[in-house]
Amino acid sequence: MTTAITTDILEQRSRRDARHERLFRWLLKACALLVLASLLGAAAATLWGGRDAFATFGWHFLVSSEWDPGNEVYGALVPVYGTLATSFIALLIAVPVSFGIAVYLSEVAPAWLRTPVASAIELLAGIPSIIYGMWGLFIFAPFFAEHVKPWLTNNLGNQPDDGQLSWVAEHVPFVGKLFGSSYPFGASILVAGIVLAIMIIPFISSVMREVFQTVPTRLKESAYALGSSTWEVSWDIVLPYTRSAVIGGIFLGLGRALGETMAVTFVLGNAMQLSASLLDPGTSIASTIANQFSEAAGLQKSALMALAFLLFVVTFIVLLIARLMLRRLASKEGR
Amino acid sequence: MNALYLRRRITNALAMTMSMLATLVGLAFLAWILWETLRQGISALDLKLFTKITAYGEDGGLLNSMVGSLVINFIGIGIATPIGVLAGTWLAEYANRTKLGESIRFLNDILLSAPSIVMGLFVYTIIVLPSTALTHGNTTFSGFAGGVALALIALPVIVRTTDEMLRLVPSTLREAALSLGVPQWKLTVQILIRAARSGIITGVLLALARISGETAPLLFTAFGNNYMAINPMEKMSSLPQIIYQYANDPGESMHALAWAGAFVITMFVLLLSLASRLILSRTKVSHD
Repeated sequence: MTTAITTDILEQRSRRDARHERLFRWLLKACALLVLASLLGAAAATLWGGRDAFATFGWHFLVSSEWDPGNEVYGALVPVYGTLATSFIALLIAVPVSFGIAVYLSEVAPAWLRTPVASAIELLAGIPSIIYGMWGLFIFAPFFAEHVKPWLTNNLGNQPDDGQLSWVAEHVPFVGKLFGSSYPFGASILVAGIVLAIMIIPFISSVMREVFQTVPTRLKESAYALGSSTWEVSWDIVLPYTRSAVIGGIFLGLGRALGETMAVTFVLGNAMQLSASLLDPGTSIASTIANQFSEAAGLQKSALMALAFLLFVVTFIVLLIARLMLRRLASKEGR
Repeated sequence: MNALYLRRRITNALAMTMSMLATLVGLAFLAWILWETLRQGISALDLKLFTKITAYGEDGGLLNSMVGSLVINFIGIGIATPIGVLAGTWLAEYANRTKLGESIRFLNDILLSAPSIVMGLFVYTIIVLPSTALTHGNTTFSGFAGGVALALIALPVIVRTTDEMLRLVPSTLREAALSLGVPQWKLTVQILIRAARSGIITGVLLALARISGETAPLLFTAFGNNYMAINPMEKMSSLPQIIYQYANDPGESMHALAWAGAFVITMFVLLLSLASRLILSRTKVSHD
């Protein structure tokens, strides 16, 4: 009699447990699928919002540099160029600097110095982008306009103050155009690129430092034993071993740079113009959206949404490559 | 000394100097940015920041923006924490090494650095636009929409830390509980999440630090408001939004207010990351 009741209770209990288990699994899975939904949703929402612009302009949207709300004509070329140019400058500066930092922190610096310096650099990553923007707008851009820009325009540009072209501007192609500007303020594509570089250095350098530490010590020790210098070990042993992850880290930084809004908006000057000069103001996809979206309506709003879709797709691809590259090293590690 | 050896020595010395310089440059910019934020921020600090609202312009303070930031961040973290912890738990405990689990983990990593302004437009499309349609054309920006946008940015951070922290919990703990007949959901809720608790809290703090400086997604969701708003269904000001607005204002005294706001945010973010570091280092000690 008692055993019958006990088995009954037990059975009830295991049924209840199984039911709870199913519910719990279902709840957890739903939450995880929300992550997926937010990614797909963001792509779908911007594509849907930009459908009018895509339908009206077609492929022309991508190659036209016109952005004229008065005549309802919109082309993405100027903001796309601004986004690519600032990100490219940022990488040009950030990659060698980050590599230097990573080499210093993993090979050169005394052990007691490594952790504090590394966490200080990582602190840079934690500063909100709007602070970079303010610093860029009020401190760095004026500093640049006063101390750096005159030197650049006079010594490299094709519009120097005294009218005397320098040797570089005359003989090296493109340089004169890149650095020629009559615009008196600091805000420009170059300054935005520099501010972006400062923002992504901590990301790239911390990935590099992390993967440099995965290089087997015996590999490095063998090279040192053969008489290699620290530089030769870093360049010929550590870098080839971690190449895919280093590229992943660089793409991660690129993904950040492409999508950054605030830091860029403050220092880019927000001019809808296509200029060959890096010292002229420009605009980027994100800053165009930030500046115009609240007052836009109709086709302009749709064009901004279309821009956002482009940005999302491009950063998605860049970040996808980054993660795949980073993953390759992780699987090597696990072997 | 032969020439080759000399050249190698010089290359090495040069490269090492450059790497040290690179580090110094990084640290110098950190110091420059922090120093300016501190200097300009402290000189602009004033009691009226915390007592007056932005409606008074240059004679006003930032009270409504601070309250708005608190409310929006609270909503953001409040939505993201349960969803993120549960999703992270699913990835670590139920879907580890399954195809769907691996792909969600991978996409979550991508979402981690997705452009925040696109997230703002997404929330604009799914919350602001429909509620505008419901209220017959009044554009209904709201603090709630801002909170949802921030939640989308905080979510991948929390998912990732929860996932990582749970996978650090020793499997003997799972086996011991399972062998006693504890159902898996009870094991997860009462043992595993508890064991990884401090790591998960760190993730939530990091997510909070990340979203409290976000500006771009708030521009088209919470919008801004010069008056005090506590009801999340109204337009709401926030610190990053008011900094953006004031920094672009031509008035000098507005810039001072913007710096004061920047100072408050920076201090808040630095304290949060310090706190999360402390929690993490303490747990490491207690596990040894």
